[in-house]
Amino acid sequence: MTTSTRNTRRRPTIRSRSDALSVRISPRAIVVGTVFALIATTAGIIALTTGDFPIPVADVAATLLGNGDPGTTFVINELRLPRILTGLLVGTALAVSGAIFQSVSGNVLGSPDILGFTSGAATGAITVLLVLHGTTSQATLGALLGGAATGAAVYALSYRHGLAGPRLILIGISFQALLASVNSYLITRASLGGAVTAKVWLIGSLDSRSWEQVRPLVIALALLLPLALYLGRSLAYLEMGTDTAKALGIDVERRGLALIAIGTALAAVATAAAGPIGFVALTAAPLARRLTGSSSPPLLTTALAGAALVTVADLAAKQLFSPTQLPVGIATAAIGGIYLATLLVQQRRRT
Amino acid sequence: MPTTTADRTDSTDPAGPTTTSVHPRRRSGTARAAGLVGAAVALAAICVLSVSVGAESLSFPQVWRVLWHDDGSNAALIVHNLRVPRTLLGLVVGAALGVAGTLTQALTSNDLVEPGMLGVNIGASAAVVVGISVFGVTSASGYVWFALLGALLASTGVYLIGIGGRAATAPATLVVAGAATTAVLGAFVNAILLLDTSTFDQFRFWDVGSLAVLGSGSLRATGLFMLAGLLLALPLGRALNALALGDEAAQGLGVHVNRSRALGAVAVVLLCGGATAAAGPISFVGLAVPHVARRIVGPDHRWLLPYSAVLASILLIASDLVGRTIIAPGELQVGIVTAFVGAPVLILLVRRARLARA
Repeated sequence: MTTSTRNTRRRPTIRSRSDALSVRISPRAIVVGTVFALIATTAGIIALTTGDFPIPVADVAATLLGNGDPGTTFVINELRLPRILTGLLVGTALAVSGAIFQSVSGNVLGSPDILGFTSGAATGAITVLLVLHGTTSQATLGALLGGAATGAAVYALSYRHGLAGPRLILIGISFQALLASVNSYLITRASLGGAVTAKVWLIGSLDSRSWEQVRPLVIALALLLPLALYLGRSLAYLEMGTDTAKALGIDVERRGLALIAIGTALAAVATAAAGPIGFVALTAAPLARRLTGSSSPPLLTTALAGAALVTVADLAAKQLFSPTQLPVGIATAAIGGIYLATLLVQQRRRT
Repeated sequence: MPTTTADRTDSTDPAGPTTTSVHPRRRSGTARAAGLVGAAVALAAICVLSVSVGAESLSFPQVWRVLWHDDGSNAALIVHNLRVPRTLLGLVVGAALGVAGTLTQALTSNDLVEPGMLGVNIGASAAVVVGISVFGVTSASGYVWFALLGALLASTGVYLIGIGGRAATAPATLVVAGAATTAVLGAFVNAILLLDTSTFDQFRFWDVGSLAVLGSGSLRATGLFMLAGLLLALPLGRALNALALGDEAAQGLGVHVNRSRALGAVAVVLLCGGATAAAGPISFVGLAVPHVARRIVGPDHRWLLPYSAVLASILLIASDLVGRTIIAPGELQVGIVTAFVGAPVLILLVRRARLARA
């Protein structure tokens, strides 16, 4: 299936006998992916050991192996571990979702935050929180419904003789504006306490996430990620434009719809678990792509980049203003913004 | 360009990636002028409606009488101190947002952009938050100056990062610079709001965008900026048309490329900074109105600019009117209504358009 001309000779490729499945291996992608995995792991270990109640690494290891004392076991297994795992999984889901949308719409702006899916999920959640006075776990259901409904609406309205990138983005932005204004309206109507809860939710937070959030995330990712990786191989062709992709034998309509469905599901699941953590979906894919120098979207590296981004950001948000803990979304936005600005400055130096 | 699927049989699309496509239906100057006059009449009508309708029910002859003879009655007070300033504010802010939107889309050659994305809104928000939290500003008239300063600083910053002293570099970098600034300042705003809940309690009402919160003082403070911006922007039509053909072609046509871009950028900053300071961040008007205007008059900026001004004023005043009558005696802030009115219109247009520009 490889059509890339220049690189095929250098890159080792693993093929199944019938050539139905083949994976091209890029040494650089492996290095970059490993570095991201190491960053995520290191951040995770630091997060496990530090906090209001510092625990030495040895005790953490013992606890994870099941030999800790009850106090440490509670802190590690019930408080810190679920939070870290939620961060890793949410980062992965958002990053892959962003990569899919950016490729399908052919535009960096086509990430789920800008297309309104995360705003839709947020509207669902804060409607449950502020209007129906539901609990946080009921808000999760609201988020799923809101995200899915927005995704379906944006897709249905954008589809007209095929799916054009600019139309998808404009309609997505329209929904985003609409829902964002609903969100701010709901916030002005609420009591101050309710408004703060909703605001934290809107920024995206990993605070007090438990196994209740981890379990559905694991199930969803176990289903969606392999599908995304399998179908994602055609993203490189979709990026070439509808006509070229069709000429190369891709069923553009069906592939596009399937990928968008997967991307929406990933974004909705992540938002339901941790709120619309900004900028992960937008930056992870371009970051991974730049570092690997790949011509097609490197989904696996992107996933690892997203996981690393969220865990590091959560650690920073937790420690920087301690004892006050800021939600992770603030840190991802700051990191993402600074990254974008550096990118611009670098580009200018080169020209 | 991935637009071919939507093209119809009358496609005349010689456009390269940076140019505006030739509109298939040419409109004569008289038709456009007549349309503009018609829109202006509609605007006048909606202004009269805005002055005569409100939470306090006053009859039209009564409103008309006190409008010209301030007899000190309750009705005169309502008309002169509340409704007229509010309508005027809607008029000026609307025109500013519409023209700024058209300018931004022309300068960035990207019709998915609105001025709020270039750092204006977030700069104003950040400065207002600092004003409330650090300087203890509580009055609406105090917000205005912070918002103005913040909007000016942030958008100037975005232009400097994006253009980097070389006005000719790809306009796309402006959008990215805006996104970066929005992200960083947004993180700052959110951090302060969460660390200082009493600031959040004030800020959340400014944040939705309203013509009511700030009152007539805000127009006096910001009106000059917006008027200056309008005067600067309206004569730029010819230059913007040339710029749409690409920098080299524009130069060949005798347009000072860098000077026109700089003038346009200054106008956007004045218009949006003034509008956001006067009424809070109202998104979407600057994005949607230019699209509507383009559908009506085509891509000629000499017509687009005045059309956007009038149409955006209509949208803003009408939205405000809807907002304060629909749940009377309560009030829906204008920023929310514009999104609700503008989004469906834009979606409809986008679905019908051929999207000649990718």
